[in-house]
Amino acid sequence: MSATDRDPAAAWADAALAAELFAVDPAGLGGLCLRGWPGPARDRICAWLRELLPSEAPLLRVPLHITDDRLLGGLSLAATLRAGRVVEERGLLAQAHGGVLLAAMAERLEPNVTAQLCAALDRGAVQLEREGLTGNIPCRVGLVALDEGVDEERAPAALRDRLALDVDLGTLAGWPEGVEPPDRSRVQQARARLASVDFDEDVVTALCTAALALGIDSLRAPLLSLAAARAHAALEGHVRVEEEDAAAAARLVLGPRATRVPAPPPAEDDATQQGGDAEEEPDAEEEPDDGARDESPPESEPLSDAAAEQRPLENVVLEAAKSALPAGLLDALALGREARSTPRRAGQAGALRASNEGGRPAGVVAKQPRSGERLNVVETLRAAAPWQLLRKRERAEGSRPHGRRVEIRKQDFRVTRFRQRSETRVIFAVDASGSAALQRLAEAKGAVEQVLADCYVRRDHVALVAFRGTSAALLLSPTRSLVSVRRSLARLAGGGTTPLAAGIDAALALALDARRRGQTPVLVMMTDGRANIARDGRGDRPAAEADALSGARLVKAADVRTLFLDTSPRPRPAARLLATEMGARYLPLPYLDAAGISRQVQSLAEGGR
Amino acid sequence: MPLFPFSAIVAQDELKLALQMVAVDPTIGGVLVFGDRGTGKSTAVRALAALLPRISVVSGCPYQCDPGEPASQCVHGCAVAGPNRVAVEVPVPVVDLPLGATEDRVVGALDLEAALTRGERVFSPGLLASANRGFLYIDEVNLLPDHLVDLLLDVAASGENVVEREGIGIRHPARFVLVGSGNPEEGELRPQLLDRFGLSLDVKTPQDIPTRVEVVKRRAAFDRSPKAFAEEFAPHEDALRTTLREARTRLREVAVPDAAIQRAATLCQALGTDGLRGELTLVRAARAAASLEGESEVADRHLKRVATLALRHRLRRNPLDEAASSVRVERAVAEVFAA
Repeated sequence: MSATDRDPAAAWADAALAAELFAVDPAGLGGLCLRGWPGPARDRICAWLRELLPSEAPLLRVPLHITDDRLLGGLSLAATLRAGRVVEERGLLAQAHGGVLLAAMAERLEPNVTAQLCAALDRGAVQLEREGLTGNIPCRVGLVALDEGVDEERAPAALRDRLALDVDLGTLAGWPEGVEPPDRSRVQQARARLASVDFDEDVVTALCTAALALGIDSLRAPLLSLAAARAHAALEGHVRVEEEDAAAAARLVLGPRATRVPAPPPAEDDATQQGGDAEEEPDAEEEPDDGARDESPPESEPLSDAAAEQRPLENVVLEAAKSALPAGLLDALALGREARSTPRRAGQAGALRASNEGGRPAGVVAKQPRSGERLNVVETLRAAAPWQLLRKRERAEGSRPHGRRVEIRKQDFRVTRFRQRSETRVIFAVDASGSAALQRLAEAKGAVEQVLADCYVRRDHVALVAFRGTSAALLLSPTRSLVSVRRSLARLAGGGTTPLAAGIDAALALALDARRRGQTPVLVMMTDGRANIARDGRGDRPAAEADALSGARLVKAADVRTLFLDTSPRPRPAARLLATEMGARYLPLPYLDAAGISRQVQSLAEGGR
Repeated sequence: MPLFPFSAIVAQDELKLALQMVAVDPTIGGVLVFGDRGTGKSTAVRALAALLPRISVVSGCPYQCDPGEPASQCVHGCAVAGPNRVAVEVPVPVVDLPLGATEDRVVGALDLEAALTRGERVFSPGLLASANRGFLYIDEVNLLPDHLVDLLLDVAASGENVVEREGIGIRHPARFVLVGSGNPEEGELRPQLLDRFGLSLDVKTPQDIPTRVEVVKRRAAFDRSPKAFAEEFAPHEDALRTTLREARTRLREVAVPDAAIQRAATLCQALGTDGLRGELTLVRAARAAASLEGESEVADRHLKRVATLALRHRLRRNPLDEAASSVRVERAVAEVFAA
């Protein structure tokens, strides 16, 4: 059962519950991710939030391209000039203290903004070290992320890790009858009760066990689910977290994070429980050799069935979480990818986006700003400041008009320099079908790694699309991280039919996306060109070939620099034709080694044809 | 609000050891902590601050000058002997360099307030000054803008911050232990910066349920009542503080036999690490580990214990081998010590 199969009334009830829980303890739960496009469902939930949150609590929007000075705070220019002394301006994070931040289009948040938001959520404070100002400013907030990402594009993984709740707006069809909207007074009472809600250790154990069984690695997940369980208990008027509270938390917090479907009887995981009680002594951590515990196998294997019966809470919690597994998790497993490569985990486009998109500040120069350049206000003020007494005296002697506290002359102007790099995104579209033989696949992997090593030196971005069976999958969102590439390459398995058109389409989409971000796309097709699956997924060879050719023409029309590596042991004219239609540089792989391919990619990236 | 106590951190022994070693011997260089999300990287670094022994500084000096040393060039005027030169004990500074920091706050700049209101040209020291003789911590170090990285590289190498801006020319000591943390999935670190770190490690989320339960329990207890939680661990913190202080005092007496130096050299040669820095760090780290154990001499097991920490980021630059670098070090250790 996945989230998409749920009936709308249950989905709406959970959405209402998520809104209530968040409103009870915004900072404790980190936040709420509303995933999907704007529409009545999202508007309804946002309206609920506005009503449920205390009226005095600030609710502020984070604009997508917010600058550090607005986010963190800094010098207030107008006030400083008026007063003739340093006046500080509070940033958005500080203003939101005690309330909620709303990040629209969270899937496009820039890495530096994401990092600031994450730091504020972690510490409940903002450390200001800007423009001559310094301070530690309280910032206990909850974040509502409006994630409008399509397919693999998602809000940054680092941010999602810190938000307890996740509502998939796609499951919320029209408003069904019989669903209770959230209740403001219930939330208010819960907020007052929250601090006194206690919990037993077996709740923690159950949540940790369920998280691990679902393949959730981060420890923030069980921690946030515990916070959600407490908020739920407060809503229900429980003094301790009860079974239904833990189950609700598991369903809302753990379910959507699952990266694998747990084995039907969760007895295996229960076995390790026996060790749990022995660990209670805090001194255990002082033992220098306590690391050995990590590997020590549970000694209570035979007891597992009995343990499972004695601890129904774990089963209840796991079952609850399983009722809300993310849509697509099962499909992903069916595709033969490893559990960890679900779209949810792989979709890190947000976090991995170019850090120098649009150019990053790279120092300051003394010059007058021309159009398009950015005046660095603080540095300009700094340059002007030492002269103020002198200029005041000049003004007094001359007949210049008075009234200005701070006089700025043109020699004071300072301009921020931005370093704009032209970045390349190398997109590998790798044919992992049976016809492209496993040994070829190994060579393709070698080539990708080699290109990557060179890309690393140049700090380019790499994305990886693999196609086999009936569809193409984005194995790796554009990244500069070698770690991610190596992981996804290791996961790349071969075999099956050749959906060439789907592969070309997916690669082209990535190329066009790169262009929208101001990057230069370079496409590397690695295939033998033997298409046998058409766009619609039918196994029809002539249709498949026609579809592949039409896809190829689209690549040419889009004028994407392409390298076509024919991976078949004996190069065929059909592949060459495809390359020509694509406007690609055609190279048969048997004559090339990894280094050679890397050179070819580089020459394409540098503007060759 | 009190910080999460260091002694309450569950598992993560490698991380705790690395931080304790640089606390015992700052000349080891910094620590780079890479790892998964939610593994408590920054919690551990910040918690270390509470354990560090106090240092003696010249009262009022923004650069924490050591009153025991002839502070000949301190711009603050610490060199002037007299009634103004009073020694006070302060905690070792642990300074956070947040990602959004601007260059002027990092290196220091003209004090705008003084300039605007009084027309005076006064230098306002930055984070590098505050971190002198202490720790400089950068969370998400791989997201730090390039111009700040360049600046740090220069200062970390020279131990001195040279400021030439707005008509101010100042140089002041800036010797600090650089501690960085980050998630490798969000970007790589420049090799030059990597080299500035003495030790590096990769932290993983514990995978067994009892440990995970304990982590969550402690964190939840801390979040509910930080003060009570800190009090509960106060005796452990005290014990650890004592251990660190004694290890620091003992450090100078810990002997490094020629055989150990020989082993370190052979190991570095086997791994092909560039330069002498690897050997030096390895020996220093082993000595700190021995001192933490209360030993008076560096033994093979100390070298073995710290080899991966000290060397894994120093293997010859081959970006594709890096995932296996810990394994490479372990293999070399096994070979060298078997001989």
